[in-house]
Amino acid sequence: MILSVRDLRVSFRTNDGLVRAIDGVSFDLEESEILGVVGESGSGKTVSLLAVMGLITDPNATIEGSIRYKGRELVGLPARELRRLRGNEIAMIFQDPMTALTPVYTIGWQIAEQIRAHRNISKSKAMERVEELLAEVNFPNPHEAMSRYPHQLSGGMRQRAVIAMALSCNPALLVADEPTTALDVTVQAGILDLVRKLRATHKSAVVFITHDMGVVSELADRVMVMYAGRVVERGSRAELFSDPRHPYTRALLGSIPPLTGEKPRRLPAIPGSPPSLLRLPQGCAFGPRCPVHYEPCEAGKPDLGSGTHAAACFRVAQA
Amino acid sequence: MIYAILRRFGQMLFVMFGISVIVFLIFFATPGSDPAARIAGRNASPEVLEAVRHSFGFDRPLYVQYVTMMEKIFVTGDLTSFVNRGWKVVPAVMDSIPVTLSLVFGAAILWVVVSIIIGIAAAATRGSWLDKLLMALGLLGISMPVYWLGEVMNLITQSRYHDSWAFSWVPPLGYKNFSDDPKGWFLTLVIPWITLSILYIGIYGRVLRAAIIESLQEDYIRTARAKGLSETRILLRHALRTSLIAFVTLFGLDFGALVGGSALLTEVVFGLHGIGKLTYDALQNLDLPMIMATVMYASMFVVVANAVVDFVYILLDPRLRTS
Repeated sequence: MILSVRDLRVSFRTNDGLVRAIDGVSFDLEESEILGVVGESGSGKTVSLLAVMGLITDPNATIEGSIRYKGRELVGLPARELRRLRGNEIAMIFQDPMTALTPVYTIGWQIAEQIRAHRNISKSKAMERVEELLAEVNFPNPHEAMSRYPHQLSGGMRQRAVIAMALSCNPALLVADEPTTALDVTVQAGILDLVRKLRATHKSAVVFITHDMGVVSELADRVMVMYAGRVVERGSRAELFSDPRHPYTRALLGSIPPLTGEKPRRLPAIPGSPPSLLRLPQGCAFGPRCPVHYEPCEAGKPDLGSGTHAAACFRVAQA
Repeated sequence: MIYAILRRFGQMLFVMFGISVIVFLIFFATPGSDPAARIAGRNASPEVLEAVRHSFGFDRPLYVQYVTMMEKIFVTGDLTSFVNRGWKVVPAVMDSIPVTLSLVFGAAILWVVVSIIIGIAAAATRGSWLDKLLMALGLLGISMPVYWLGEVMNLITQSRYHDSWAFSWVPPLGYKNFSDDPKGWFLTLVIPWITLSILYIGIYGRVLRAAIIESLQEDYIRTARAKGLSETRILLRHALRTSLIAFVTLFGLDFGALVGGSALLTEVVFGLHGIGKLTYDALQNLDLPMIMATVMYASMFVVVANAVVDFVYILLDPRLRTS
């Protein structure tokens, strides 16, 4: 087991009250497994992984629960210790490659900086490694690309550079936060191929955050669906796509146009909008938008329960 | 690159030419301002006036006057003052340049170093008592007029406490040539440097703090954290580096203006006969050739300082290199 998160809670103190961004999230990640985390904006998918990375720097945030990486507790670990893991054993790829690189340094310099932060090697050795990495992420001309500045590369190339940087220290865990969202569809496919290939060569486990069910169906081994700071359904990819249980998951899958058969004239949309984390509805947070809503939904929050395929819904528990 | 430098140089010459024409026209061709009358003095007879006009070339067309003036400033260097006949203008300017340059360069070094330290310290500890203290001191520095501060400095170091151990080293006001007496040069300038730089330390420290805090919000800072870099490295290598661009812009403008004569108040308070003092006196007496020469000199420094800033930009920001 690479990563084991138990009952993670992240809340932010704001002027309007306490925002519970993450409210009791648990999941496990095996070696070289790809976990897809799906949810709308504000569902807490990014915050939960930022918590894993120790990248929540907001002084108004509190993080509770347990995050174990290879058996080692990360919550409450001193910043120094955490820094040694970050970029070295746990690496992250960000959503927008346009802004994720420092504009005033070359790609090669920025990747070498990370290698030299964790490995005691010379500058020239680090640069050799950078060239290998850039070749690995399919840069057509890796040697030349090293001396390029971020603004001289296209979005897809920048994202490849960010991925090369994330891989530079052979991380056991790679967190990808919507790495394809800001890219063209054709470029997206290339990046997904790359992630799959790298999982095979580097044996890294990957947490892939996205709001795109299509991406999840292509890439993930297991899937976790999040809504309003909680996990509403989890299961293997096959289970989730063939037998979605939670009404939210069903609604999400229903909003993708089918590839075969008759196309609906209008794609069904989920009515309403995600609730404000400041004023969550009583009981199940999805209740007000749920098509199969009934009384017990207002009484309490449904538990996810155990089992590999589980959904946090009273209807499912009843059935 | 060579081409870009040459082009920039051409632009600088063009700007200076424009400035020289405008200044010339303002002082020599404004309706109602007769330079000859000014030179000849009150109650001069028409004959005398005519003689003056002829001898200074005011009876010839404007462009001839302009060319003659420029020739006298830049080629022969024998332009003489209207007010103080026989006083050569160009050597007078040349004599005051080292005074102003010594004052402004020293103050600039001081204010750049100190304000960078203050900006970094305040940004790194933002919200803490240190940040608040530094920013309050900065505001205080900005609020104190330089002539008042200079006089207070003089009061303390030259009279009240001059005999105490702390300030007995302060030499009397005035300027000493670096080549004659390097130690004296340094000692006489210490207090003026501090006085002049305090305002700028306040401004630059606050500007840099704001710029660093802004760039700390950028996505690439999160990337840098995700890379496992130390906070110090993130601050100095990533946040500070990208914040220096605003800092350099401001520096180019202020430095050019100060070298061009804006350090007048400091020069007057500390009895330094620099360019600012020279320009001020020339304006008081409407000494046209002197004004012409000092304005040309000042514009040259502003233009050069801006060109230097442009080159530093290119060094700091690779995004500006390709276009």
